[in-house]
Amino acid sequence: MSDLTRRSAAELAAALADGETSSVALTRAHLDRIAAVDGAVHAYLHVDAEGALAAARESDERRARGESASRLDGVPIAVKDVLTTVGMPTTCGSRILEGWVPPYDATVVARLRAGGLPLLGKTNMDEFAMGSSTEHSAYGPTHNPWDLERIPGGSGGGSAAAVSAFAAPLALGTDTGGSIRQPAAVTGSVGVKPTYGGISRYGLVAMANSLDQVGPVTRTVLDAALLHELIGGHDPLDSTSIDQPVPDVVGAAEQGATGDLRGLRVGVVKELTGEGYQAGVQQRFDETVALLVEAGAEVVEVSCPHFVHALAAYYLIMPSEASSNLARFDAMRYGLRVEPEGVEAPSAEEVMRATRDAGFGDEVKRRIILGTYALSSGYYDAYYGRAQQIRTLISRDFAAAFEQADVLVSPTAPTTAFKLGEKLDDPLAMYLNDLATIPANLAGVPGISVPAGLADGLPVGFQVLAPALADDRVYRVGAAVETALTGRWGGPLLDQAPALPTTEVAR
Amino acid sequence: MMDFDEALEQFDPALGLEVHVELNTATKMFCGCPAAFGGEPNTHVCPTCLGLPGSMPVVNGKAVESAIRIGLALNCSIAEWCRFARKNYFYPDMPKNFQTSQYDEPIAFDGYLDVDVEGETFRVEIERAHMEEDTGKSTHVGGTTGRIHGAEYSLVDYNRAGIPLIEIVTRPIVGAGVKAPLVARAYVQQLRDLILALGVSEARMDQGNLRADVNLSLAPKGSDRLGTRSETKNVNSFRSVERAVRYEISRHAAILAAGDAVVQETRHWHEDTGITTSGREKSDAEDYRYFPEPDLVPVAPSAQWVEELRGTLPENPTAKRARLQAEWGFSDLEMRDTVGAGALGLVEETITAGAAPQAARKWWLSELARRANEEGVELSDLAITPAQVARIQALVDEGKVNDKLARQVFDGVLAGEGEPDAVVEARGLAIVSDDGALSAAVDDAIAANPDVAEKIRGGKVAAAGALIGAVMKQMRGQADAGRVRELILEKLGAGEG
Ligand SMILES: [Zn+2]
Repeated sequence: MSDLTRRSAAELAAALADGETSSVALTRAHLDRIAAVDGAVHAYLHVDAEGALAAARESDERRARGESASRLDGVPIAVKDVLTTVGMPTTCGSRILEGWVPPYDATVVARLRAGGLPLLGKTNMDEFAMGSSTEHSAYGPTHNPWDLERIPGGSGGGSAAAVSAFAAPLALGTDTGGSIRQPAAVTGSVGVKPTYGGISRYGLVAMANSLDQVGPVTRTVLDAALLHELIGGHDPLDSTSIDQPVPDVVGAAEQGATGDLRGLRVGVVKELTGEGYQAGVQQRFDETVALLVEAGAEVVEVSCPHFVHALAAYYLIMPSEASSNLARFDAMRYGLRVEPEGVEAPSAEEVMRATRDAGFGDEVKRRIILGTYALSSGYYDAYYGRAQQIRTLISRDFAAAFEQADVLVSPTAPTTAFKLGEKLDDPLAMYLNDLATIPANLAGVPGISVPAGLADGLPVGFQVLAPALADDRVYRVGAAVETALTGRWGGPLLDQAPALPTTEVAR
Repeated sequence: MMDFDEALEQFDPALGLEVHVELNTATKMFCGCPAAFGGEPNTHVCPTCLGLPGSMPVVNGKAVESAIRIGLALNCSIAEWCRFARKNYFYPDMPKNFQTSQYDEPIAFDGYLDVDVEGETFRVEIERAHMEEDTGKSTHVGGTTGRIHGAEYSLVDYNRAGIPLIEIVTRPIVGAGVKAPLVARAYVQQLRDLILALGVSEARMDQGNLRADVNLSLAPKGSDRLGTRSETKNVNSFRSVERAVRYEISRHAAILAAGDAVVQETRHWHEDTGITTSGREKSDAEDYRYFPEPDLVPVAPSAQWVEELRGTLPENPTAKRARLQAEWGFSDLEMRDTVGAGALGLVEETITAGAAPQAARKWWLSELARRANEEGVELSDLAITPAQVARIQALVDEGKVNDKLARQVFDGVLAGEGEPDAVVEARGLAIVSDDGALSAAVDDAIAANPDVAEKIRGGKVAAAGALIGAVMKQMRGQADAGRVRELILEKLGAGEG
């Protein structure tokens, strides 16, 4: 295994700055790693070796001139396939977009390119980000590098698996109900869902516009902060993006890494622990809270009584928005086009119907039906309207809790990674995975998941939530947890992951 | 079909008008593409107005400003806070299969427009004016109807997709009775005048800048309930608005008189045959699944901005009509006819360009109204500008042409032969007042009519008319009749004292 792929993005950036390595060398090392392990993991839907190496060469030339486009200039990255990319297909894990190459870059992708980061490829995901296991990808599931029989979480299982399999030092994910944080938890990686509006959504193929947020998927908290700093900030193309400077997330991560949390008030959310949480998960959580106390934090229990309704509200708002967003996939302008069988000269409507029938998977159809129903006249008030009221109550719960505590903490997911196929036929059981992550999306607040150890040999995640715009706090606390735990483990949690079967790569 | 007058003896009509105004902003409602009319198909497009996956809208501030100004001019309240909403339905010319519109939070609401109908003022109450985006434009090729059914294939041009629209919706207009068709027409005309005065749209009905949907229902006379309505879509001229209302009144009346129920549906207006035909059936239950557009932030115009915009409004139309009538010295009847013909703005611009009020009125309401009528178009759609009309009148005033020749100048300008002076030149229409040519023609006429000449010499000056006629004929009308008369009398020694 190449030494380069084991290093963090911050270390790679330092090595590039020192002239110890080149962007081409480390991009090639990651492409080799992808070739070696991705047959087993299937984190990527598309790998762009040529494009990545071309960008790496440019980065090296820039550095040779004594210039640098960003702190991460030359460090390669993987991008979730829900973000548009010029020159690379963007399928959203769906048949209906098979082969579609967008004519424009998502703003975050444009910022990566401008920052000099070679794009390794596009990562696998549940179709249109609908799922918690990446099993709903039309292109086959991604496997958890800790146990290839198990799910890597979802919807962003591809990005989480790519970084935890050392097939990318950095990745972008998107989080609508936990799609960055839950995969991070079950793969032993770091995932951040920033404040809603903190990072541009332009070019993010929307599942639920009012909940979606782009964020970093990495192996260390500092790497996440460096990536956040690069892609964050106002975008005139996204009216919902916040016109304020990005909080000093890198500084906060560095501060947290000192391990000093004196003066910090930490709230344990009563409703997000205990019943329904796997014993090992709960145990790792309790131990981590104890570490926070050791670091000088004051821990209190807080109650957010309306969180128990979060899942129900989420499964009305998200499908409602999704049902409308997905209406555009109608075979008229791009993507899949299926003509109905046995119909001569089919009408536009018949082609739309046949295409949508063939192009969307079951989970997508399930949510389109749910959302269409929830928005129907006569039901709107009882479903969509009521869900919005609950959303308001959840925001108020957060506001009240943040009066008592600077950050809130919980396990990221109720269980460790389950077996592939185990919950496929039980959508409700699948939905329960996002129980602890969904409230943050409904309220628009930032959250991080950092590794908290293993339960029965599988990673457990620790979630930190902060008030909107206070993203720096989740980095500070996340980094403190990371420092304390890696000290105790004698190295990153991922060092404990079993070696992956590799395919010999001919060079 | 029931006779119109008979229908109104039995039923009370209720009208509703929905007018879409395409704004003349430089860019589209939610993206930076040019909003200009025309262009090669699918060239004024980008990821946003094509609805590509991942694209997002950004509100055009100028469109919001225009919407507020329209709302203020229609005496509406302006929302302090309002949102866009998605109107969900599938149609190939809708890039996202939802239209970004406004639903229960329009930017402007609760207003009115007073319209003049044959000297009587009707207050048309405005329920709302809201912002939305236009759809693309479908062309259905093959088949006989030009509609999607029966077409071999369809072409879609998305240049129009995303152009800002303001939809202005009236409350039901009741009590107009037999004047309902005229009220409908006058409302659309006077609304168009207002839009033009605001300068927020080209407001050309023939180009679809201004499109009217006419809702109509009948209720038994004296009933205080509204009947089932039909919605006649895209009625694209003032005349057609009037005709469509008349047609639907007769059609509804026949159905109701036969004891049948009117079907709630959209109907298509056929300009050529003057009838409506059934479109798709539509019930109130047609479900657009509206919900607030999550990709846009609310529009919250400050009170200060709204007041600033109020200061930019043109004069109130009713007050303006009174002022102009006084300034121009028009009789009530003249003013009413001018407004009724949809010529107020045209006459005003012609006067501004230098013509005398009566002359401006005369040309627009007689000569040009006749031509518009013959061609079945609106006055404003004629290929002549108020400035050109004023110039023609100036030519008359300068004695360069007479009224008869002026009509030929109109022919030339309308035929696209250029500016009035160029037409006079090219067609050789200038009146001959050159005494040399005239003198020869007078001599010819005297020689050819010795009897008449003798009478004039004998003092019968009234007989000169015959000789003048002969001269004018020879000069093909291009002579100054007054000068001809002078010459004849001079040559025959029969001065008029
Ligand atoms: Zn555009």
